[in-house]
Amino acid sequence: MVKSSLQTNGIHGDRSTPTEFLVIENLTKSYRNPDGSEFVVLDNISLTVQENEFVSLIGHSGCGKSTLLKMVAGLERPTSGLLTLEGKAIRKPGAERMMVFQHYSLLPWLTVRENIRLAVDEVLDRASHAEKSQIVNEHLAMVNLTAAANKYPDEISGGMKQRVGIARALAIRPKMLLMDEPFGALDALTRGKLQREVLNIWEANRQAVMMVTHDVDEALYMSDRIVMLTNGPHAQIGEILEVPFPHPRDRATLREDPLYYELRNHVLNFLDQHFGD
Amino acid sequence: MPMMNLAAVFAAIAQASWNRTKLFMVRDTVVLPALGFLGILLLWWGVALLRRDLMPTPWEALLSNLDFILHPFYQRGPGDLGVGWLLLASLRRVLIGFGLGAIVAIPIGFLVGMSRPMMLALNPVIQIFKPVSPLAWLPIALAIFNLADPSAIFVIFVTSLWPTIINTALGVSSVSQDYIDVARVLEMPKWRQVIKIILPASLPYIFTGLRISLGIAWLVIVAVEMLTGGIGIGFFVWDEWSRLNLSSVFLAVFIIGITGLLLDFAMGQLQAWVTHRRPVNS
Ligand SMILES: Nc1ncnc2c1ncn2[C@@H]1O[C@H](COP(=O)(O)OP(=O)(O)OP(=O)(O)O)[C@@H](O)[C@H]1O
Ligand SMILES: [Mg+2]
Repeated sequence: MVKSSLQTNGIHGDRSTPTEFLVIENLTKSYRNPDGSEFVVLDNISLTVQENEFVSLIGHSGCGKSTLLKMVAGLERPTSGLLTLEGKAIRKPGAERMMVFQHYSLLPWLTVRENIRLAVDEVLDRASHAEKSQIVNEHLAMVNLTAAANKYPDEISGGMKQRVGIARALAIRPKMLLMDEPFGALDALTRGKLQREVLNIWEANRQAVMMVTHDVDEALYMSDRIVMLTNGPHAQIGEILEVPFPHPRDRATLREDPLYYELRNHVLNFLDQHFGD
Repeated sequence: MPMMNLAAVFAAIAQASWNRTKLFMVRDTVVLPALGFLGILLLWWGVALLRRDLMPTPWEALLSNLDFILHPFYQRGPGDLGVGWLLLASLRRVLIGFGLGAIVAIPIGFLVGMSRPMMLALNPVIQIFKPVSPLAWLPIALAIFNLADPSAIFVIFVTSLWPTIINTALGVSSVSQDYIDVARVLEMPKWRQVIKIILPASLPYIFTGLRISLGIAWLVIVAVEMLTGGIGIGFFVWDEWSRLNLSSVFLAVFIIGITGLLLDFAMGQLQAWVTHRRPVNS
């Protein structure tokens, strides 16, 4: 049952070859310890992501999820291995792979609106002034921040900051969205709402998404595949789970499906197994 | 009209609590500081009464300075100007020297903070010049310019360099990698990163440096003017001392202190306005 994998078949059935959008091959990342020895964070990771696929990364804290995402973003260089996007090697950061940062990374001297505007100005530089304002306003409304648009980051809550980060990333319409625990700092209610928002956007306008999460329900609700990393150091891909529910998804319907609990227990068992070793 | 009454009661309560906070504010901002000044004044008075030959009492000093205080901007001859003019002359030197210093120091601070070779090349020079008393530059300046006024400005210029360079470099090099990462993901060109990310992120540090520089410049100008002579509050101190006119020296000390305080306050306001934040150390 778990292998039905209708997602990939459904989308790529009419094409001769599935489009391998992002390819990660034998990727290894290590840092130097102060004493000169090597600290291997990620060991031999291989993964491909299709151009309209939503992939979740799940694993225990410190295993290297953010590091993997940063390498896809081009912010970190792999120690060895290959990363390609549409066949081209990833050597540096690019706005087509926009990131929602784990620590929000808002510029504190700019208001909420100006933070989003900065990204739009930088990336959509051919849009007219009015178009840019329109885009900024749309995305402010989308994450429910119109009322807080003129506040500074230190005047808003952690959840609001996270929403600004999401709005900023979505506003520049990247080909691939990289999200590092984008809903981590939100209360349950807002989290559910924003997950729905992001999923709406993604379902209407499919693109490649890689999302780091600690939340099994979130991964099951949103993604097509769940990549489970083993514990670091030397973290590897322990298992990749297909999530076969068709989009658009409805949380209530999912919860009535026995398969949902089967998958949920499967992921939780994986995480339990890999805890403490 | 019970609603009206309720509103009136609320207004009265608000008024009462406002009155109470106002009372605390008056105590903290007026009464206690005034007590401090009173203490100093009493100490001065005591010493002056014990040793009549040493110094005038505050009252005597006030009386003999009355002309200076009441007519700060008199002009009674080529060398005989009110203290207001002297103060303006000193301020002019400080602001020109400090302004030139900032124009030179901020870009150098950026270079040092952003480029490791620049840091390695300039850091030893800065570390050696920084502990040198700015007055040591005066003979060199006099040799170059042969004139008192440009020499004084030059000394202020050199004084202003080091704290601003060091703090700017510190600010630039400690800009959070997170902010730089945002710029890199957006593919912002390097020069625009400098203007849109690094400059605003390091403004608090730059202003800390500027504030220290201005403070030291104001300290130094008094000493420089004592040595160079001419028109200025520093030479006024020296001149009045050689005329054994200690009352005027006391007056000058107050004027210099209050002016320094105002300069620092103005700089703090500018910093708060520019950085949207309260100054780091108020
Ligand atoms: N710049 C660095 N230098 C040295 N070690 C680093 C560096 N960045 C990350 N690491 C190490 O790499 C490992 C993985 O870090 P990473 O931030 O990717 O974890 P993570 O899976 O995102 O954790 P979390 O779920 O807590 O966010 C950690 O052990 C961390 O100490
Ligand atoms: Mg992380």
